[in-house]
Amino acid sequence: MSEKKSSAPDIGLIGVMRWAWRQLTSMRTALILLMLLGVAAIPGSLFPQRNQNPQRVDSYFTSDPTLAKWMDRLHLFNVYASPWFSAIYLLLFISLIGCVLPRTFHHLAAIGKQPPLTPRNLDRMEGYRLVAANSEVAIEVASKWLKRHRFRVRVTENSISAEKGYGRETGNLLFHLSLILILVGVALGSLFGMKGEAILNVGDRFINTPTSYDNINYGKFQGQGSLVPFSLTVTNFVATYDPSTSQPRNYVLTTQIANPIGTTPKLVVIKVNKPWTAGSTKLYLQANGYSPIVTVRDKTGHITFQGPVIFLPQDANLSSLGAIKIPDMTPQIGFIASFIPTAGSSAARGIFSTYPEVLDPRLVLSAWQGNLGLDTGNPQSVYSLNTSKMAKIGLKALTLGGTYDFGVGTITFDGWKAWVNVQIVDDPGKLYALYGAIFAILGLLISLFTRQRRIWVKVGNDVEIAGLAKNGIPGLEEELLALAQALEENKGGSE
Amino acid sequence: MTSTNLAYFSNGAIYACLAIFTIAFFAHTYEVSWSVKNVEGDGRTQFDLNKTARAGRIGTAMILLGFLILAIADLTRGLSAHRVPWGNMYEFSITGALMLTGAYLFAYFKFKVRWLGLPVSISVLLTLGTAITVLYRASAPLVPALKSPWLAIHVLAAIISGGVFLIANLVAATYLLMERYEKRSGRPQWAAKIPSLESLDQLSYRLIAFVFPLWTFAVIAGAIWAESAWGKYWSWDPKETWAFITWVAYAAYLHARVTVGWRGKRAAWLCIFAGSTFLFNYIWVNIWGTGLHTYSGL
Ligand code: HEM
Repeated sequence: MSEKKSSAPDIGLIGVMRWAWRQLTSMRTALILLMLLGVAAIPGSLFPQRNQNPQRVDSYFTSDPTLAKWMDRLHLFNVYASPWFSAIYLLLFISLIGCVLPRTFHHLAAIGKQPPLTPRNLDRMEGYRLVAANSEVAIEVASKWLKRHRFRVRVTENSISAEKGYGRETGNLLFHLSLILILVGVALGSLFGMKGEAILNVGDRFINTPTSYDNINYGKFQGQGSLVPFSLTVTNFVATYDPSTSQPRNYVLTTQIANPIGTTPKLVVIKVNKPWTAGSTKLYLQANGYSPIVTVRDKTGHITFQGPVIFLPQDANLSSLGAIKIPDMTPQIGFIASFIPTAGSSAARGIFSTYPEVLDPRLVLSAWQGNLGLDTGNPQSVYSLNTSKMAKIGLKALTLGGTYDFGVGTITFDGWKAWVNVQIVDDPGKLYALYGAIFAILGLLISLFTRQRRIWVKVGNDVEIAGLAKNGIPGLEEELLALAQALEENKGGSE
Repeated sequence: MTSTNLAYFSNGAIYACLAIFTIAFFAHTYEVSWSVKNVEGDGRTQFDLNKTARAGRIGTAMILLGFLILAIADLTRGLSAHRVPWGNMYEFSITGALMLTGAYLFAYFKFKVRWLGLPVSISVLLTLGTAITVLYRASAPLVPALKSPWLAIHVLAAIISGGVFLIANLVAATYLLMERYEKRSGRPQWAAKIPSLESLDQLSYRLIAFVFPLWTFAVIAGAIWAESAWGKYWSWDPKETWAFITWVAYAAYLHARVTVGWRGKRAAWLCIFAGSTFLFNYIWVNIWGTGLHTYSGL
């Protein structure tokens, strides 16, 4: 690129930066950025977001791959972590700091200072009036009256300048500074926090290390070594349901937690709105379901698989779907299965679940034979079977204890266990955000319910009074009238 | 009374409210339409609201009565389910209608805004009507995720804010209507009792300045509740996103007024826009949205 000399006077890099800074921190820019942030949030509510609803994102990719690819390039499936959303957010943050900090210093400096001097011409101000008062004592009477009404009063030789409602600016600044605190809290959480999930069967022991999780996300600056060193054993899980509507009533998870590992475990009860807390780390009960327990034997009676298999709930009555994979048989065997906690049946729907609790369970199996495709290197979902290289060899519904002979072996439905999904979150910025929120509301209340106004009294040939209310807040007129009355009656503060 | 009886009683009271608000609606329409005087020389219709002041007073009395019975309906609904009466869309609607009526009555006694009676009774009728026909759910206890004191606080704050937002929107719409009349040919007689443009402008501003902190609080209470239930205080699910958008829109409105000095028409349109984002959230996201907030079976 060639050097180009602009014809405008050269203000230099510092000049340009100063100009840019002034633009960025202007009120108008802040407002535009604020509106922009609101508008930028909209697409995230219209399109599925990858971290909330990955299945629906996938369906965009299968139905129209080109469109989906372009949408993905524009970060429409991940709006709130996208560069453009972050850019608006950061600029607003800077703009807010740039405009609120100077105002704060200015305001602090003004504390204890006297109200500004009385303007020369009062007759242009609001509520201007001449008062028939004794000009000898007018200043004294007015200043008493104003002080009694908690104005800050500045008395000069022949005039008074009084002001009330400084709290408005204080509250306003408190509010804006609190917004900065909230933004800091949010940033801390996303940079230094972590969030992970694990599915545990009743009886399982969980050790808080990264490999124990089904999925785990770290903030950009959060190391792996910083997990709270606890271990947790799921001792019991009870779900109660409303018999008439099947709606859940209550979930109670009972655990033994040793924190740190090796100490005597303590009994901890976790409910949906009652997480377990260790420092800034919290453990939540998120979801639950069933794991049927099966035993698979080959022709010789040798056990090739035994244990609980986690199934995913499909509806409110917890019909659950899963896959049982037996790679150790030749050829390999797989089952696509559904677990029905309380079976009902109809001609139209076949077997389905009528109640979320396990009262009359069924395990419906479709058996497949062939290659499970586990050695392709591509990670495979444990909840579904890749049947592209397999052939279906049979279908059977088992009651508890029942056995299905699928030709090259047998599978027995031995029982079931409940599983729970726990979510472990560490958000060190949470408290800052909370404090920010509390102070923001406080500041708003102070600023929106404080009326800021000035009143002037001037004594010359006549006694003149006038005032000015910020934002045209009503009530000044009455106040001036009361002052005028006090002056006319020469009463002031004395009774 | 048993829970079931209480629920039936509550439903009955809702039907009674429908009847009462219908009377209020007719009283207010009568107040406006029967105040028409003879068409005079200039061809413009003349109104004399003094002629029908009694109908207006009946309307107000009916709205007051409706408010009381609606409060009872709401209370018994809550008692029948052993919890606060805002656990699903049906209950949001009846509690919302209660808050709207309450906000109107407050504004009526404070600012004498009887002219709002007609739009308020229409809004309440529509809300209750759709609630009992389309959105109705049998009374039942809460699913575990909703069992939190923060739910009560959060939703109550949101519903009150919503009521006041709606009133502010009605005021702003009235402002725009009156402004058009005054610009063209002067206010028609039937609108003679409606406050001046300036008071309307001030009224909508003061309503919003009054509820903005409450709405801020509602959003924050929601975040606290989300933190205790889901482990994240903010997850940008559609409901949260639109609550945030509403918040931003009202903050922009306050800024535009306080710092840039917007008044009148522009402020009224901005107010209506902000209120629409709230309505959009309430209607669209509740019914068609997907996300964490759609657990209530409507
Ligand atoms: C550079 C950034 C900003 C500046 C310079 C700024 C400045 C101001 C000023 C001067 C006022 C008027 C206060 C008064 O005279 O009473 C105000 C009010 C207000 N600001 Fe901001 N603001 C900024 C950003 C924001 C942001 C990001 C929000 C968030 C939503 C916000 C929300 C509000 C609200 C709600 C009010 C109304 C309070 C009142 O009426 O006193 N502001 N702001």
